[in-house]
Amino acid sequence: MSALLEVRALTKRFGGVTAVDGCTFEVSAGSITALIGPNGSGKTTVFNMVTGYLRPDAGAVSFDGRRASRPDPARFYRAGLSRTFQQPRVFRELTLVENLAVAANRPWWALLGRDVPPTDRRRAEEVLADFRLGDLMGNKARELSFGQQKLLEFAAVLMGRPKLVLLDEPTAGVNPVMVETMEQHIRDLHRQGITFLVVEHEMNLVMRLCDPVIVLDHGAKLAEGRPAEVQRDPLVLDAYLGT
Amino acid sequence: MNRLSAAGLARGGVVMCALVAFPFVFSQHWVLNMAFFVLMYAGLAQAWNLLGGYSGYISLGHVAFFGLGAYSEAILFSHIGIGSRGFLPLLVLPAIGIAVALTSVPVAWVALRTRHMTFAIVTLTLLFVVQQLAFNLRGLTHGSQGVSVPSPTFSLYERPFYLALLAIFALATLVTWHVRRDRLGLMLFAIRDDEDKARGVGVRATEAKVFTFAVSVGMTAMIGAVWAYYIGYVYPQFAIDPLVMIGSLLPVFLGGAGTVWGPVLGAFILVPAQQWLAYRYGASELYLIAYAAVFLAIILLLPRGILPSIADMVARRRDGRTTPRLPVGSAREEIAS
Repeated sequence: MSALLEVRALTKRFGGVTAVDGCTFEVSAGSITALIGPNGSGKTTVFNMVTGYLRPDAGAVSFDGRRASRPDPARFYRAGLSRTFQQPRVFRELTLVENLAVAANRPWWALLGRDVPPTDRRRAEEVLADFRLGDLMGNKARELSFGQQKLLEFAAVLMGRPKLVLLDEPTAGVNPVMVETMEQHIRDLHRQGITFLVVEHEMNLVMRLCDPVIVLDHGAKLAEGRPAEVQRDPLVLDAYLGT
Repeated sequence: MNRLSAAGLARGGVVMCALVAFPFVFSQHWVLNMAFFVLMYAGLAQAWNLLGGYSGYISLGHVAFFGLGAYSEAILFSHIGIGSRGFLPLLVLPAIGIAVALTSVPVAWVALRTRHMTFAIVTLTLLFVVQQLAFNLRGLTHGSQGVSVPSPTFSLYERPFYLALLAIFALATLVTWHVRRDRLGLMLFAIRDDEDKARGVGVRATEAKVFTFAVSVGMTAMIGAVWAYYIGYVYPQFAIDPLVMIGSLLPVFLGGAGTVWGPVLGAFILVPAQQWLAYRYGASELYLIAYAAVFLAIILLLPRGILPSIADMVARRRDGRTTPRLPVGSAREEIAS
């Protein structure tokens, strides 16, 4: 399998703290790769750099064979790389359909076209129905529960027909039923050819769903391998349990 | 919301017909003068609303472009004359609007890299920069001596100015109304909610903001140009006046930012009130105290403005009668929130 995403020697310092320190890894096309590590190991910072929200101090990110010249989330999204946030971020004053429509890829000259053209509306309705949010499609996003907002955020990034989706703790703070729903969505979309990179603390889910698993510690890659191997790795156990 | 409703069209049509008929029904100068200023502030508020109301970028520098429009008009026609019938200065308005809109693009591109308070301060600085330029570029503006424009001899002096303003006001309202329904509006609303997230789903935020800024200040400049011709002279402290800025921003918040008719309603309440206060208590700047009071009252009592508050009230009353639309207590309710 070829690498869809390549991260090379990525480094980020915040004042005296080196949050990410020469981090290098790859995400193969067609995988569900997990990125795990203790709190503060730099997972979200890596996400922010990979998706263009943060400029790395050193290192490079290539997506789909192209190296990003400057960090720009919008450009990355249009190239097929999208993400969700740990705390769901949706457009609270827009309806669910509008939340999805705004995420559809449109050329710049569509600026003065209809806000929700019929093709976008149809696709948004399909996606929302898949996520069982179809009944709420005309409601404003702020009326949704926390878990529903997570689903909505996930659903919205699909409008851009992504190749790679980065999920930042998709199941944090949601109930067990919702965890299963989320897992099912990831599996379905994976079958349709979408690659995933998932930050997750729920280890049972990681072990069931992801392969390979990459472990970060102190901003650098500590281990990588099949879930069972990683689980047995003494370095990993040490990093998690600490001494 | 997406389609042109018959009721909306009728509402717009009735308002516009009434406004067109007004200067043909009333011909007292003081009435038309007041109507001129009502329309002027309604237009300024509407133009400001396009950027401030829709994208949430609070610009305190729009009046700099009002001044640019005013000076363009005054300087141009103090040199070439206004023509035999005096309509030429009103015919060039679109050109002034477009020229100022294009000029504003690099400024907008820099200013819009900042957000929230910083953007407000940066644009406020712009106001004073342009005012100082007007004071000091004497070769062009004659500094504090000002520029005067020849007066036309219209049969009813105020009427052509009023109608020119009405056209710009109609344009501003049409643009505001249209943007609300096209993709640009959706993008601006997304930017207002969460700009970083918007970028993360591919929204071309910079393009959308700069374009909107340019259109907004282009219309502001056209109003400035009409004002200059109407008044007949342009001085730096009046053409680029923080009070005009306040006057074009306050109606937006009173009526309801981000709505199509809110700023108009706000201007139709505030400007006559201001004129009445000025008449009652003399042409001092005491009315500013009343403006401050209005602003405080809005923040305390109607933080979202008149129209959205009324809409909420209607929605609440309607919801009270029917069942709530959100399903509650289903198995998929979440533990955390």
